[in-house]
Amino acid sequence: MDLLKLTCKELRDKIAVGSIKSTDATEAIFSQIEKHEPQIAAFISTFKDDALAKAKSIDEKIAADEKSGLLAGVPICVKDNMCTTFGPTSCASKMLENFHSPYNATVVEKLLAADAVIIGKANLDEFAMGSSTENSGLQQTFNPWDTRCVPGGSSGGSAAAMATKMCFAALGSDTGGSIRQPASFCGVVGLKPTYGRVSRFGLVAYGSSLDQIGPITSDVADAALMMNVIAGKDENDSTSIDEKTVPVSDYLAGIENDIDKLKIGIVPEFIAAADPDVRNKIEEAIDCYRNAGSEIIEIKMPYFDYSIAAYYLLATAEASSNLARYDGVHYGHRTDSPADYVEVYSKSRNEAFGAEVKRRIMLGTYALSSGYYDAYYLKALKVRNLIRGDFTKAFEKCDCIMMPVSPTTAFKIGEKTADPLQMYMADIYTIAVNLAGVPAVSLPCGFDANKLPIGLQIIAPAFEEAKLLRIARMFEKRNDYHLEQPNLTTNKHE
Amino acid sequence: MSENKIDIARTRQVAKLARLALSEEELSQFSTQLSDILGYIEKLSEVDTESVEPLAHCLPVKNVFREDIVKPSLGTEKALANSPADDDEFFKVPKILDDGSGA
Repeated sequence: MDLLKLTCKELRDKIAVGSIKSTDATEAIFSQIEKHEPQIAAFISTFKDDALAKAKSIDEKIAADEKSGLLAGVPICVKDNMCTTFGPTSCASKMLENFHSPYNATVVEKLLAADAVIIGKANLDEFAMGSSTENSGLQQTFNPWDTRCVPGGSSGGSAAAMATKMCFAALGSDTGGSIRQPASFCGVVGLKPTYGRVSRFGLVAYGSSLDQIGPITSDVADAALMMNVIAGKDENDSTSIDEKTVPVSDYLAGIENDIDKLKIGIVPEFIAAADPDVRNKIEEAIDCYRNAGSEIIEIKMPYFDYSIAAYYLLATAEASSNLARYDGVHYGHRTDSPADYVEVYSKSRNEAFGAEVKRRIMLGTYALSSGYYDAYYLKALKVRNLIRGDFTKAFEKCDCIMMPVSPTTAFKIGEKTADPLQMYMADIYTIAVNLAGVPAVSLPCGFDANKLPIGLQIIAPAFEEAKLLRIARMFEKRNDYHLEQPNLTTNKHE
Repeated sequence: MSENKIDIARTRQVAKLARLALSEEELSQFSTQLSDILGYIEKLSEVDTESVEPLAHCLPVKNVFREDIVKPSLGTEKALANSPADDDEFFKVPKILDDGSGA
């Protein structure tokens, strides 16, 4: 049996009954990493010795019939903007290259409590700012389907690792599409949960009113399993939602059951605006649901088109404030021989931040500065309210909304780096979801003419992740796009 | 090309506020790029927001209180573990006050 063909859930079930050893699964993952990581460069750090020691202890626990966790023995990677007491937490920034967190993020604690084996930390755009992982200050990650292309971003390392089977599941974070878009570009499943469903404690902050952690997996059931581990209230994150207010679901329960009389909202002009190959596959996916008995309803979202403009004021304003903590004093890079204390700040920051991070800090500082606040920041907050209204009104008519994740498939490395605005446009379909705070999934739904993956985005009302995943599973049961694997032997750098 | 919305002088001023010691080259590049981005963002002015409330947060958030109970905190050693310069007790920085009477 090829161990690497198993899903996270299948592996977990086999480890739990002792028919597969976590040690063997972990060794298989590391042999996969040794084989493909030189080509893909998904990881900033890996923990082979610690992972194998952990795997051995899980195997012993199971052999001794002790109770084991929901992810017992399963090798998992996390994006390197989540704090861990083991290995560095770099955010792919020269600022934090040597930073070792004194505590674990809550999601990391939850993975460990579920007996997962954390095998490494994945590359990202510096501080999660970007759509291609080209803004990483440490390394370039390559798309496993075509190594001339970007893996998407900012969770590009997590998605590329998942697509290459260098882990059984991964965590990413999504501020404007950073889980869904790389999942789409790499042909894997990515879920951005409702804002507040998963604790952000220990997730290095970018845009705090938008950031959310979620799973990147090989199928929808695995996303549900991961949610069962990471969802819930955390007293260390005051924005995490009380489970008495909105209970956490068992996301796996009923996941195989189709939803009768499902009403799907589509905005025809959004689908029409995508590249032809993307458009065709999205239309085919919608036909698949129609054939399964779903009703397709045309809806309007008049303010959706303003989401990129609103986002690049709000997210950058929050970023300019959040990244003020990197002062060269408490942790992170400090400039050599500063002339005075101001230079400790300004030179340390200028030396260690990359261009995109500086650009966003500058934009956010400008938007918040005296005389511009009303015209930019306040205006964007009002438009945010209208964008959320688009979703509220849509969900009065339908159970979910479907559209592409991205207007294109993975683009070439270097293609958009010269023009930041062009890069921002890559997130046209994903950003509004963060502004509204609702959950959305990216699901493999086919390939373009160059065999690059295409992602279907399904968006649901707040806290309806369980239903969202059931809807996504309906497609997965009728198609096998998620089972296709990139050919890593013929796919070489040019 | 039209005049930049945010000229070099203004870019320099924002960089000062953001505590970024940008090079002249970066100032010039950011002046152009930020002007382009702000030009695009101008499209927000098409939207009538006269009677719309600002939405800072997508969920109804309220202040969260907890009992005022003393709990263990990080401790000096861990807090200083990542510091670029310290004396085992405090973070070290260049002096902030003048030597003389100006302080």
